[in-house]
This record gives sequence, C-alpha cells and structure tokens, in this order.
Amino acid sequence: MKQQEEIFEYLQKEFGEETVEFYKGDVGQPWLKLPAEYLKKMANFLRDNAELRFNTLMCLSGTHYPDKSELGVTYHLHSTLHGHTVAFKVATPADQPEIPSVESIWKTANWHEREAMDMFGILFKDHPNMKRILCPDDWQGYPLRKDYKPQEYYQSMPTGT
Amino acid sequence: MGILDKKYHDSTIIIVNLQSALNWARKNSLWYEQFGLACCAIEMMATAASKYDFDRFGIIPRSSPRQSDVMIVAGTVTMKMASRIKRLYEQMSEPRYVISMGSCSNCGGPYWEHGYHVLKGVDKVIPVDVYVPGCPPRPEALLEGFIKLQEKISGETIIKEKNPELKAEKV
Amino acid sequence: MIEQKISHTENGQTEMVINMGPQHPSTHGVLRLELVLDGEVITDVRPNIGYLHRSFEKYAESLGDYAKVIPYTDRMDYVSAMNQEHGYVLAIEQLLEIEVPERVEYMRVIVAELQRVASHLLAIGTFGLDLGAFTPFLYCFTEREKILNIFEKATGARLLYNYMTVGGLMRDITGDFKTETSSFINSFRPKIKELNDLLSYNSIFIKRTANIGVLPADVALNYAASGPVLRGSGVQWDLRKNDPYSIYDRFDFEVPVGKGEVGTVGDCWDRYIVRVREMEQSLKIIEQALESMPGEGDVKEAVPKRIRPKEGEVYVRTETPRGELGYYIISDKSAAPFRVKARAPSFVHLSLLPAISKGSLIADMVAIVGSIDIVLGEVDR
Repeated sequence: MKQQEEIFEYLQKEFGEETVEFYKGDVGQPWLKLPAEYLKKMANFLRDNAELRFNTLMCLSGTHYPDKSELGVTYHLHSTLHGHTVAFKVATPADQPEIPSVESIWKTANWHEREAMDMFGILFKDHPNMKRILCPDDWQGYPLRKDYKPQEYYQSMPTGT
Repeated sequence: MGILDKKYHDSTIIIVNLQSALNWARKNSLWYEQFGLACCAIEMMATAASKYDFDRFGIIPRSSPRQSDVMIVAGTVTMKMASRIKRLYEQMSEPRYVISMGSCSNCGGPYWEHGYHVLKGVDKVIPVDVYVPGCPPRPEALLEGFIKLQEKISGETIIKEKNPELKAEKV
Repeated sequence: MIEQKISHTENGQTEMVINMGPQHPSTHGVLRLELVLDGEVITDVRPNIGYLHRSFEKYAESLGDYAKVIPYTDRMDYVSAMNQEHGYVLAIEQLLEIEVPERVEYMRVIVAELQRVASHLLAIGTFGLDLGAFTPFLYCFTEREKILNIFEKATGARLLYNYMTVGGLMRDITGDFKTETSSFINSFRPKIKELNDLLSYNSIFIKRTANIGVLPADVALNYAASGPVLRGSGVQWDLRKNDPYSIYDRFDFEVPVGKGEVGTVGDCWDRYIVRVREMEQSLKIIEQALESMPGEGDVKEAVPKRIRPKEGEVYVRTETPRGELGYYIISDKSAAPFRVKARAPSFVHLSLLPAISKGSLIADMVAIVGSIDIVLGEVDR
C-alpha cells in the first residue's frame, strides 16, 4: 500500500519529471495533475502495473474553473488488491474541451463521462455513446457551469415559478 | 348519513336518488394508478400497506391508466417527465381525478429556487383536484386527501358537464 | 406505454424494440428501459435515465451554506436517508478538521444501521412484489413501520430526517429510545427466520431468481460495483471493514458473501440473500453500540458556529445499503462549496445492466432490476 507521495514519485520515474505535478490544498487530500495527451498511457499504466494495480475507478467528476477559463476532470482511483487510492486531474480549455475517454480501461467511465458531457460540455474522444444522459436531448446549455442561465421555456412549459 | 332512505319497512326495496347512488358507488371504489415518482411514492406504498390500509376505503392500485379512476402524482415532476404525465392523464378515461401528493408536485417543493429541470407544480400540465401538502405527507394526510376527494365526488352531478374551464390545455 | 419498432438485422432476423417505463409497476421509479428483443429473448438493454434529475449538485453550490445542503442529501436516496447524511457530514468534518464527541459517533452508527435494516426490508419487500409475492411485502412493511416509529420519536420525521449536522446531531435522544430499540431488535430476530421460510427458500422464488443475471467478479470490479451487488458475486468487500470510517472498527460483525448456494455465484438470489443476512449483522452492531454508548455528553458541543473550511478538497466514501456512496467536495474558502459531486452507487449499478441481461427473458429483466436494488432519486440526483 503506497501513499500518494510515493505514487507520485513512481509515476515521475516512469514518465519523466515534468509531466506529473503534485498539489495539496490547506486541508484535505492531495492530488496529481496530468496533461491530457498522456492520459490514456498513464491510465493503462495505473491499471496494469504490478505495484499499483488500480482496478477500480471510484469517481469521475467534471469541474468548471471560471477564473482560469478551464474545464477539468477529476479521477479517483482505488486498488482493491493493495488498498491505496489516488486522485488526479486533467484540464482542458473551456471553449474547446476535449479529453480522451478511459471507457476502454474502466467500464464505469461510460456513464460518468456522459454525465460530465451533459453537465459541462466536455467531449470525450472515442466514447461509444456520447449523448446527454440526465437532461433531455434537446436541452440547451450546460447546467453545472458557473455562468449557466436556465432557458425560460422547455417545450412550452415554464421552467420558472 | 341520510343517503339511503328506506321508504317501506321490512322490505328489500330502497328508494334513493340515482345521482346519490352513483356517486356513492363511485367514491367508495376509487382505483388509483400507481405513479410514484420519488420519495412520496414510498409513503404512498406505506399507506397501501397494512398499517394505514388503503383497501378498507376501496382504493386499490392499478398499473395501467386505462383501468384507474384517480392518478396520484407522488413526487417531483421534471421537464423530461412532464410530457409523459400529460400523455398518461389523457389515457385515463373519464370521470378521472388527480391528487397532487407532496410539496414537489404542488408547487415545486424544495426545488423551487434553483431547480432548472423541475416543473414547479404538476398543475402546469394537468388539472388537479386535491392537493396534499407535506414533504413527504404522512399516510394519514394522504388518506385525508382521499376523503376530501370523496366529498368532492359526492357533490357531483351527472347531468351538467364538469366545469369546462378545468379542461387540460394542449401543451 | 409501448413503442414498437420492428427491424431486420443483417442475418435476416427480426428485432423488436419494446419500451419498459417510465411508468411501470416494477421499475422502482421512473426508469425507462429500451429492450431490444429477438422473439422473447433480450439481446440488448438501453437504460434511459434523467426523469428525476433534480439538480442536487447545482443546489449545493447555490444555497450559500454547507449546512443547508443536508436536507437535499436526504432526498437523493430517499429510502436510506440517514446514510446519505452521514457521508456528507463526515466529508465536511474532514475539511474542517474537527473531532466529534463519542456519544455523537455512537448515535450516528445506531441510526445508520437501523436505516440499513429499514432499507433492506423495503428492497426485499418490493423484490418479492415484483415477482408476484404480495405477502412478504406486507410483512416487511409492518416491520419497517416499527423502525420508522423509532425514528419519528428521535427526529420528528418518518422518512426524510435532516438529523445529522456538521459536528453533531440536531437533538439528543429521549429516555425510551434505548429500550424501544432493544425491544425492536428482540422482536425482529425471529422475523428474519419467518422471512426466510416465506420467501427465500420458496421453490418458485428460487426458480425465478437462481442462475439469472449472473455477474462475474472481475466484471463487477471493472464496473466499480459495490455493496450487496459486489458481495453477491463472491468478493469480500465492505467499506465498514476494508476502509473503516467513523467508529466501525470497534464493532465485531461479519460480512456475508454470495456463495452460489442455489445456483451460480453472482446471480439474483445471491444478491438477495446477502441483503437478508446483512440485516442480522446490523442488529449485532446496534446491540454492541447500545451497550458501549457513553451515557451523557452534549450532542451539539462540536457544532461550529460558521462553516468556512480552508481551501482543499476531499473524497469520502461510506457504505450505504445500496453500495459505496462517495462525496467529492471542493472548498474555496467561502461559505458555500465550490463543487459537490455525489457518486451514487445505483448510478454505477444501472450501467452494468446491459452486461448481465443479454440472453434473458423479459420476465427475468424484472428480477434483475429488482435484485440490483436501484433508487432513481440517487441515479438522477
């Protein structure tokens, strides 16, 4: 079982010092930051490497950072064999958001990525079914973005009071 | 209660107003279409279970709208679901009634302020007869709602049409 | 409501698409399943969700206060409200780095386990109801009413409590909570045996649930299944033991696992029997907690006056009756959270429905959906 710092050093040894960054807030748990181009390679490595063996993707969440004009995705992984956890983030610019999909690596990501697309508008490349999942198919806008204004009428029903 | 007047003593003939007899029969066997959407559905199931029995009032659940008299809209109505509710209401045959159970279907409930996907009240798509408040309403409150509906039915007439302004509008 | 579309596939077979839901007596809520059929055999299932999307995450950001979100967490999985609150409150306490008094921890465990029993009773009752057994539904609901009675005396509400606050509880328990809970436990133990005689080993029930919807363990882990769905496939994994939170490491209980007693490992019957046996273990935990709970202590002494955590983020997961519920909270030093993501177990379990139902009949679909035990409020949030 490794701590997050040890996992960070392990990944640095494998992929180089400049690709992975380590962050920690004032409270709470630390996270790593990866560039979007390395995502699939690193995800495969995290799942298959004998020392890491992250076989479960616990959660995949989208986030909108309006001050940096970026959309991010946070991945929380867990290994049932070794018992350790890791969190890492990937960022993409808000006007052209595109991130490779990890659906082929962990099947959980299928619906989680559809939800991130529905709520934030992040497009995942190579996803088998990139459609809205929670809001109706003809909904306008991406609701969880910070600058979202709900539409006034949907199919002639008022969305306000 | 004065509904049935026995005109002849020791006889099997009862003289009664046709309207009262029909209303009495209708209100004591209201079959509802089980349409639980959210948390209020659990309380609706609890009302139908043994402790707060629905069956003693003649109320039993039916799965199909074609076979039911009353539709209990129990839970939050979302935009995606609203067109289906309208369609189900139109599939019910008259005379039909709607009970709006819980805060969410009365007026949007706790989701009135920032709920972009919530329809603030099911009466925006279908006409409602009885509103039962609560979040979720206690089973006794739902039973009270049914009793109010029974009172409404006992005052109905078979000659004149129901108030035409209450007809559902086309969405 | 039936929408039929008959088309011809490449090998000349006809394929029909039938709609199940969103209004359906057996879909446990507003779920729409598009079944692609070849005769009566299902070749594909396409679940459509979002009919109960009530924007919990938008509310958490817009309400302006961490504590105001707690009633909304109740309404996500409305059948097991206490467990939802527990996870959220634990996450905020980690961000604030506060220690909760012992009495509060014990109380939280007791109500969470009582809620687990109530939730499993509903799951078992409705599962039997879907398959045509009406009597177990009534028996389970009668027992559930006793638990809801206890909750009503403690919190004031029957279904959605708003009982746990950040750092404590809303109010302390009154005098006869302990005696009532103990007498409930004593009266409920023989009822589990009654339920087993009535439903679990009934030959019709076994015929309808054994060898149906088999979920292999490696597929379950790849789909991140958890809770009774994962344990039914033979994987010994319970967050209360493998990654303990709160004070669960002080209690002695077992984790029941599916062994394929009447069919294959990981079929519907296994998932069902895991829930029945978990109720027994929950009773053990409640008894131990009632014994060792400190007699006095203020339940509100650690409640902070203002909740303003420093910058950071946390992911906390707890074991609800349906599986692993995760709260991912990002705080940016203001009074409202920057982002709250609730990772619901039913959302994940519903996505594995296409993988386990190929080749089954329409009637088996009802059994599979019932055994996974989804609650749509949690799927759509």
